[in-house]
Parts: sequence; C-alpha cells; structure tokens
Amino acid sequence: MTATVRIPAQLRALSGGVGEVRLEGSTVAEVLAALDSAHPGFSDRLFEESGKLRRFVNVFVADEDVRFLQGLGTPVTDGQTISIVPAVAGGCGPARQVVIC
Amino acid sequence: MGSVIGLECRECARSYPAAALHVCEFCFGPLEVVYDYDELRQVVTRESIASGPQTMWRYRDLLPVDDPAPIDLGTGMTPLVRADRLAAELGLGELWIKNDTANPTGSFKDRVVSVALTKARELGFKVAACASTGNLANAVAAHAARAGMRSVVFVPHDLEQAKIVTTAVYGGLVVAVLGTYDDVNRLCAELAGEYPAWAFVNVNVRTYYAEGSKTLAFEVAEQLGWQAPDHVVVPVASGSQLTKIAKGFRELHRVGLLGASPTVRISGAQAAGCSPVATAFADGSDAIRPVRPATIAKSLAIGNPADGWYALEEVRSSGGALAAVTDAEILDGIGLLARTEGIFAETAGGVTIATLARLAEQGVISPSERVVAFVTGHGLKTVEALTETVGPSVTIPPTLEAFSASLDLEAGTDPLLR
Repeated sequence: MTATVRIPAQLRALSGGVGEVRLEGSTVAEVLAALDSAHPGFSDRLFEESGKLRRFVNVFVADEDVRFLQGLGTPVTDGQTISIVPAVAGGCGPARQVVIC
Repeated sequence: MGSVIGLECRECARSYPAAALHVCEFCFGPLEVVYDYDELRQVVTRESIASGPQTMWRYRDLLPVDDPAPIDLGTGMTPLVRADRLAAELGLGELWIKNDTANPTGSFKDRVVSVALTKARELGFKVAACASTGNLANAVAAHAARAGMRSVVFVPHDLEQAKIVTTAVYGGLVVAVLGTYDDVNRLCAELAGEYPAWAFVNVNVRTYYAEGSKTLAFEVAEQLGWQAPDHVVVPVASGSQLTKIAKGFRELHRVGLLGASPTVRISGAQAAGCSPVATAFADGSDAIRPVRPATIAKSLAIGNPADGWYALEEVRSSGGALAAVTDAEILDGIGLLARTEGIFAETAGGVTIATLARLAEQGVISPSERVVAFVTGHGLKTVEALTETVGPSVTIPPTLEAFSASLDLEAGTDPLLR
C-alpha cells in the first residue's frame, strides 16, 4: 500500500521542507515507521517513550481521528491520505486548528 | 514574579522562559507556569494575604505577573455563601456556593482576563483579543478599556443582543463573524498567527490566562478559615477552570498555607448537549471524542475541550465524578438555586446545580462532606433561556377587588402565596 502523509508546517524541518510524503505500509504504525526511516526524527516528535501517540498530536486517516478507529493499528488502503495535525491552539478537529474559550 | 521559574511543558517537561509562549515546540503540549515553591513558602503567609486588597490580587505572589499595578476592575473575593436551604432540598450536609456571579462583568472570566491582560501588557502586546460567545468578550472588552488597550473581540453574528451590548459598550471593536462559533474560533487561530502583536487571551496568552482560575481555590480556602473543602463541583467547558482549581488547592499546601495535605474530591458538570469529558468518564476512556454542541448552556458549549484530558485526570485521581445534565435539568437547577438561596445563575450555573443534585441523589456526594459548588456566571447574561418558564404570577387591573379575586382564584394553590 502506498499512502500520502501530510506533514504540518511545524514538522517540515524534518522532511526537508516538503508538506507531503508518499510512503509504504498497511497500517498507520507501519506508514509512520516508514516516515521515520525516510526522515529520522519524526518518531521522537510523534510518540511518547511508551510508543503511544503523543496527546497533542492528532493523526487522521480519511478525516477520522485514529483514536476513534483502531489507533496505530488502523489499516491503510492504497492511495489514502494520513494527516498529522498538532493540536496547537488547544482542541483540534479534522485538519483544522481550533481555539478554545 | 520573582517566584516564577519559567514555563514547562505539561507533557514532555521541556523548560521554557516565561515569555509569550503557550505551546511546547517539541511535542505541542500546553505550557504551565512553574514557581519556586520553596521561596514562596518564605514569602507568602496568611497575614501577608490578609493585608492585601479585597480582590483576587491579594494572591499576587501566586500569580505569574510582575506589574505592581495589575489591570483590575476589583475582581474576586466574591461571596462564599452557606447554602443550608439548598442543602436541605438535596439531602446534603454542609454546602457552600462560591458566588462568582458577583465579579465586575458578571463571571469568573474577569479573573483569567485580569491576569492575561496584565501579563500581555508586560510582554509588550498592545491589542487584547479573543473569540467568545459572551462572558469572555465582556471581560476582555472591559479590562482593555480600563487599561487603555485596544480590544478586538470576535463573536458569531447571531449572538443574542444583550451579549453584543454588554461587550460593545466598552468601546472596543466587536467583529461579528458570519458563521458559527467554531468558525469564529478557527478564524482566530489563523489570526493569532497573522497578528503576532495581538494578545488572544485564550490562545497565545493562555498559559498565563488560565492561572487566574487558581484564585477560586485560594479564596474558598481562605473563606473557610484556611481549610480545603472535601468535595467541589465545577462546570467544565475547556476543563481549564477545574484543572486550575485543583492546582490552587495543591499550591496552597505546598507554600504552607493549608495544614494538612488537601484531599479534595473534584467533580465536573457538563450539559448533555455538550458532554465530551463526562462521556469519556462514563465510558472509562482516555480519549475525548469531539462533539457538535447543542445545549442552552452556551458558555459551556465547547465540543473539543483543550484541557479535557487534564480535567478527566483530576476528576478520576481525586475520586470525583462527572455528570451530564439535560436542558430541562439545567433550567430546574437555575430555579432551584434562585428559589432556595437568592442567587441568579446563568445556564452554566444551572449545569453545576443540576450536577450537584444528580451526584447527591446517586450518593457520589455524601451528606458528611463539606461541599463547595462553583456558580461562575450571572443569570442576567442568559435571561433568554428562562423567558418561557418564568413570568408574572398573575396580571390584574390596579384595584383591590381584582387583587383579592386573584387570591381566591385557585384556593389552596394560590400562585401568590405558594
């Protein structure tokens, strides 16, 4: 499977400035591992030491938060887009930043 | 601010200076103010606090500002009222209401905005801004006026007229955005990046802003004679207020102002039409699923709460609970508080009282506990919610006969003498 991973502006220093990277993998975990192999440093920023996704990093597959799918084990189909979206301003919805009152 | 060491990421503990920062550059976690508690133990005493002003600024040593003349409208030291009649209705024992409707613009938002704008001015910001549906807009516009700062407040275009008036009167810019509250929020997130000289109090000054809510805990402890309550009930929107009340009690102990280590059970109140944190609590989940709000408690209608996780942790670790109450229960809660204690709360206060009632009925709150319920916004802000359920008991011509006749209309269930 080839997926497209969308890289947020805050992490593009790790990807040589590019906003999208095409990678192989059949689950979110595999694709993100491939991302770290291609561009070392991503895993430190995305995962806690325990391997869990950091709380303020959201990962969406087809606009759904993987926390509400099968987490990092969520399957990825060919051509799907995986978005990495930091919850910078507080809460966060699909592919958007939200400020909280 | 001599006792502020700096900022620290709540997630990965990386350290930052106490500057205009709010998010960890490494892991995107929120930043928290860190104090030198050993130094504060030497500086802060019950006497030093008692000699301060009758406002939240009597706790200035525990707030992250330097300015000796903070931007203040006289916020805080609001009444802590013993609520025996309400307690009797609910089958509770020692119950207190922290009546934070008594703040200058009618809600607890004066606390957070007073800290946020004082700090923003120190950091060199010239413009005060926020996205809001009412309470925060009122507080930002009023404090900016007091400080001579420009204010720009963003609200949904279909906001109630009363909320527009109580913000616009202070003379700042009120930008009505053609869209929903979520649209306003998203716009402000983008604007905060485009206008770095603007202090969006709940975005790029949030780390300091949130600290203002600690004063709710400080005041309650002082007003109880330097004792912590056994159980508190706090409304949950973003979850920040609940988290900071818990932090406030812990800090008082760390600086030596509370004798015993406080074991305060923290319970949270949400409306059923917007209950992402209460739902996660009920499900035993660690993930908070965002919702699209549909409730009359608009000041709590945050579908994607920034501090929801932390609020959930505080509730769970303290042995508290969260409840989600219906709009009908919210209106009953407003009426119950008004009828028994003479306090008129906004819809968020109705959520708190309805949750208090629910948790009392479930036995989560016991009659042996000393309980404090936080009522944080004035009822005049949300009169619309009650116009269909409250009105004149009877309408008569101005004659004795008419009045006497109205008394006799429903003998035994007379509306005027009930």
